[in-house]
Amino acid sequence: MDPIAILDQRKDQIFQKGQAPFAMTCDKHSLAGSVSQRACVFCGSRVVLYPIADALHLIHGPIGCAAYTWDIRGALSSGPQLHRLSFSTDLTEKEVIFGGEKKLHQALSQLIAAYRPKAAFVYSTCIVGIIGDDVEAICRKVANEQQIPVLAVHSEGFKGTKKDGYRAACEALFKLVGTGPTADIAPASINILGEFNIGGEAWTIKRYYEQMGIQVVSVMTGDGRIDQVRRSHGVRLNVVQCSGAMTYLADMMKERYGIPYLRVSYFGIEDMAKALYDVAAHFADQPHLMDKARELVRREVNAILPRLQEIRSDLTGKRAAIYVGGAFKAFSLIKALRHLGMQVVLAGSQTGNQQDYETLRDLCDDGTVILDDANPLELSKYVIEKRADLFIGGVKERPIAYKLGIGFCDHNHERKIPLAGFEGMLHFAREIHTTVTSPVWRFTPFRNPVVEEHP
Amino acid sequence: MLLRHTTANIKERKALTVNPAKTCQPIGAMYAALGVHGCLPHSHGSQGCYAYHRSTLTRHYKEPVMAATSAFTEGASVFGGQANLLQAIDNIFTVYDPEVIAVHTTCLSETIGDDIPQIINKAKTDGKIPQGKFVFHANTPSYVGSHVTGFANMTKAMVDYFAQPNGRKTTTVNLIPGFVEPADMAEIRRMAMELGVKPIIFPDTSKVLNGPLTGKHKMFPEGGVTIEALQQSGSSMGSIAMGGLASAPAGLALDAKCKVPCQVLNLPIGLHDSDLFVESLRQIAGVSVPETLELERGQLVDAISDWHQYLYGKRVALVGDPDQLLALTRYLVALDMQPVHIVTGSPAGKKYEASLRQAVADVPGKVNIKVPGDMFRLHQWIKNQPVDLLIGNTYGKYIARDEDIPFVRFGFPILDRLGHSYFPSVGYRGALRLLEKILDALLDRKERDSSDIEFELVL
Repeated sequence: MDPIAILDQRKDQIFQKGQAPFAMTCDKHSLAGSVSQRACVFCGSRVVLYPIADALHLIHGPIGCAAYTWDIRGALSSGPQLHRLSFSTDLTEKEVIFGGEKKLHQALSQLIAAYRPKAAFVYSTCIVGIIGDDVEAICRKVANEQQIPVLAVHSEGFKGTKKDGYRAACEALFKLVGTGPTADIAPASINILGEFNIGGEAWTIKRYYEQMGIQVVSVMTGDGRIDQVRRSHGVRLNVVQCSGAMTYLADMMKERYGIPYLRVSYFGIEDMAKALYDVAAHFADQPHLMDKARELVRREVNAILPRLQEIRSDLTGKRAAIYVGGAFKAFSLIKALRHLGMQVVLAGSQTGNQQDYETLRDLCDDGTVILDDANPLELSKYVIEKRADLFIGGVKERPIAYKLGIGFCDHNHERKIPLAGFEGMLHFAREIHTTVTSPVWRFTPFRNPVVEEHP
Repeated sequence: MLLRHTTANIKERKALTVNPAKTCQPIGAMYAALGVHGCLPHSHGSQGCYAYHRSTLTRHYKEPVMAATSAFTEGASVFGGQANLLQAIDNIFTVYDPEVIAVHTTCLSETIGDDIPQIINKAKTDGKIPQGKFVFHANTPSYVGSHVTGFANMTKAMVDYFAQPNGRKTTTVNLIPGFVEPADMAEIRRMAMELGVKPIIFPDTSKVLNGPLTGKHKMFPEGGVTIEALQQSGSSMGSIAMGGLASAPAGLALDAKCKVPCQVLNLPIGLHDSDLFVESLRQIAGVSVPETLELERGQLVDAISDWHQYLYGKRVALVGDPDQLLALTRYLVALDMQPVHIVTGSPAGKKYEASLRQAVADVPGKVNIKVPGDMFRLHQWIKNQPVDLLIGNTYGKYIARDEDIPFVRFGFPILDRLGHSYFPSVGYRGALRLLEKILDALLDRKERDSSDIEFELVL
C-alpha cells in the first residue's frame, strides 16, 4: 500500500507503543474534512434511550434522524415493542420557518392518546436547536395534559460529540429516577447501568446477579421499563458498564441519593468474574454473596473452558485490530483476545479520554498502534502494516476489513448473539474462530508478501 | 407481532410520520456523488448526518462508503460553516486526494444559510483547490422532499457545474439512470452497448459500490462517471432521463443549458417501460434493435406466458420510491396482478399521483394510493383489505411477518439480503428477475399452505 498522508493535526492522536514519549491527544472535536467514524449528539442519546421498550420515542426534526435510527440496534425486549416503531414530526420547510412547536404538540398528544406509553422521550435534532422550538415547554404542557412524564432530550446533533448525547440521555433518565416506590427493595440490590441487551446480554448478566442472591431493580436501559427507572434510586449500588454512556447518571445518583457505583465490564472471563466478585465484595456484610459468586464463576468457567482451549489452539499467534466506540470496551477485548492466544496489534476508539488511553497503553504489547478518532485510511494502513488477521469494530468497519481480506467481528449494534458473560465468551471465541479460519480468505488476493511466506 | 401497536382503525394524521417510507435528501446526494469517478462526497453539517448515511449505505451495499464531513460544532452553527468547509476542502485534498469533492448541505447548514458557491469560490481564490481538481455542490435541505430529491439535486448539479457544449454534436447519448442500483446502471450500459450506442451514464455507481475484493483499501474504486465525460455530456446527441423525480431535473437542465434534447421516460422496469427505453434509444441513435435484445424480450414474454396463471388477480401492496413504484405498478398490471395499496414516502406531487392512478386505471375496485404516505398507513390498509404479496424495502418485513404475507424485497434500503448490487431489475433481464422473485414468493407460500393431499410436484 502507498504511504498515506496523516495530517499534522492528527499526528498526536496516533501512538505506537514503545515510541516515547506517550502524549496522546484526545477528546478533540473531529477535524473538518475528516472521514471520521464518529457520530453525533443525537446518535448518543438515541442509542442509550432506545431500548426502553414501554416508552414513546418521538424524534422532533426532519425525517432522516428518525429513518436512520428505526430499529437499528438489536436491543431486545421481553415485552412491549413500542420502541421498535419510528415516530417523527417529519419537519418540513413550513415549520422550519414558522416553528415546529404546534406540530410537536399535536404529534405527541396523538401518540400518547393512541399508545398510552409509560413515558415519552422527545429528541431534539439539529434543526430544532436552530429554529429555537421550546421543546421543554411543550413537554411540560403535554405532561400536564396527559399525566405521564414527557421528557425533552437535548440532543441537537452539533452541540458536542456522541458523549454529550449520552449525557443528555442521562439527564432525561435522571428526571425519572426517584419518582417510584422503593418499599420492596432488598438490602443487596443493584441497578445494571450501561447494558443495552443487545442479543439478550442483559438477561444473562441479570441472571448471574440474581443467582448470587442480588436483586436487580433496573437495567438501564436494556429491556428497560419506565417503572424500573423510576424506583432505581432504591438500590444500594449502581454497577456501571460502558465507560462513556452512563457514568454520568451514576455520578448524579451518587450525589443526590448517595448511591455508590462500580465500573465493570462483562466481556471476557476475567472481567466478567471481576464484575461479580466486585459486587459481592461491596456487600461485605453478606459474605454468602461472595461464596455464591465463586460457585457461579467456577461452574460457568468449567462449562466453557474445554471448548475455549480447543479454539485457542487454532487462534494462537493470530493478530487482531480493535476499533470501538468507547475505550473501556477495548480493555476487555484485549484481555479476552489474549485469553484466546491472540495478540492485539491495533487498538483505537472514537471517544476515549486521556486516562483511557493510558490504561490502553499499559495493557498493550510493544509495537501496538493506538488510535483516537481514526479514519479508514489510517485503519487500513495499520491493519496491513501490522498484518492483522481479524478486525473488531462496528457497521462501517466491517466492509473495510473484508475488502482487505481479513476476518471481522461486530462488537457493536450488529452483534446478533450475546457476547457478554461466560457463555458470551464462548460465543465470542466461536465467532472469532469462524471468521479468522474461514476458507474465503484463501481465495482472496495476498494482502502482503509476509503472510504469503508464512501461510 | 412486532407491529402489534398498529391498529386497523385509520385516523388522519397531520403532524406525524410513523414508520417512514422515505429518508432525507443528503443520503441521496451522497449516493449520487459516489457515482462520480474519484469523488469524495462531503456532508456540510453535523457529524451524525454523514455517519448515518455511511452506515445505511454500508448496510445496503456491504461495501466501504467513503465520505467526509464539516463536523459542525456549536460555534459553526452560530457563526456559519464557512471556516469548516474551507478547512475541510484543504484537508480532504491534502489527505485523501480525490479528483473531485461533491458538497451537499444538510438541514443545519441550510437553515443557518451558508452560501456554498461563495465558499467554493473562496477556496478557489485561496488556492485550496489544486490544479485540475474540482469542488461542486448541491443544496439538499433535509426538510424538503426526500432522499430522491437529494439524488436528483446532486445529479442536476453535475450538469450545472460540468456539462458544456463544444459547438458540435458527438455520437454519445446521455443516460441518466436515476436512483437505481449499481447493477442497474451496468445493465443500462450493457443494453445501450448492445444497441451500438455510446453512452455517458451519470451518475454511475457500478464498480464503486459492487466492486471486487482486492485485498486493498481503495478510497476511490475504479467506477464512476469521469468529469471529462460529464463535460462532454453537453455535446451528446440526446439524453434519456429515467424517472421523472430522480432524473428529469438533470436531463432538462442539460437540455436548457446545452441544447441536448432530453426525453423523460419511466425507469425501464418491466416489459413496457423497457420497450420504451429501447425504442427511444434506437430512435435517438438511429439504429435498429439487435437480435440479442429481441431474444431477451422474447424470453421475458415467454416466461410471463409460462407462468401467468399464478399471477392472475393477485393483490399486491407496494411501497417504495416514486420512479420505481410507477414503473413497477405498470409491470404488475401487465402481469395481470392487482396493485391495490400503493405508498411512497416522497412528496412526489399531484402530477405524479395522477400518473400512478392512470397506471392502475384498469385494476378493478378501489386502489389506495398515498403520496406521500408512510408504512404505518400501508399496514393499516393491509389490515383492512388483505393482499397476496407485499413488495418494498427491508422495512416491509415487519408488516409481512405480522400479516403473514409473501414478501419481495425491492427498493432502498435492503439491509438483509444479497442480490440487489449484482443483479439488475431494469431491462428485460431485470424484469425476468423480478418475475422470478415474485413467483418464488407466491409459490413458496402456496406450497407452505397446501395440505399433504394438495401438495404437488409440478404445480
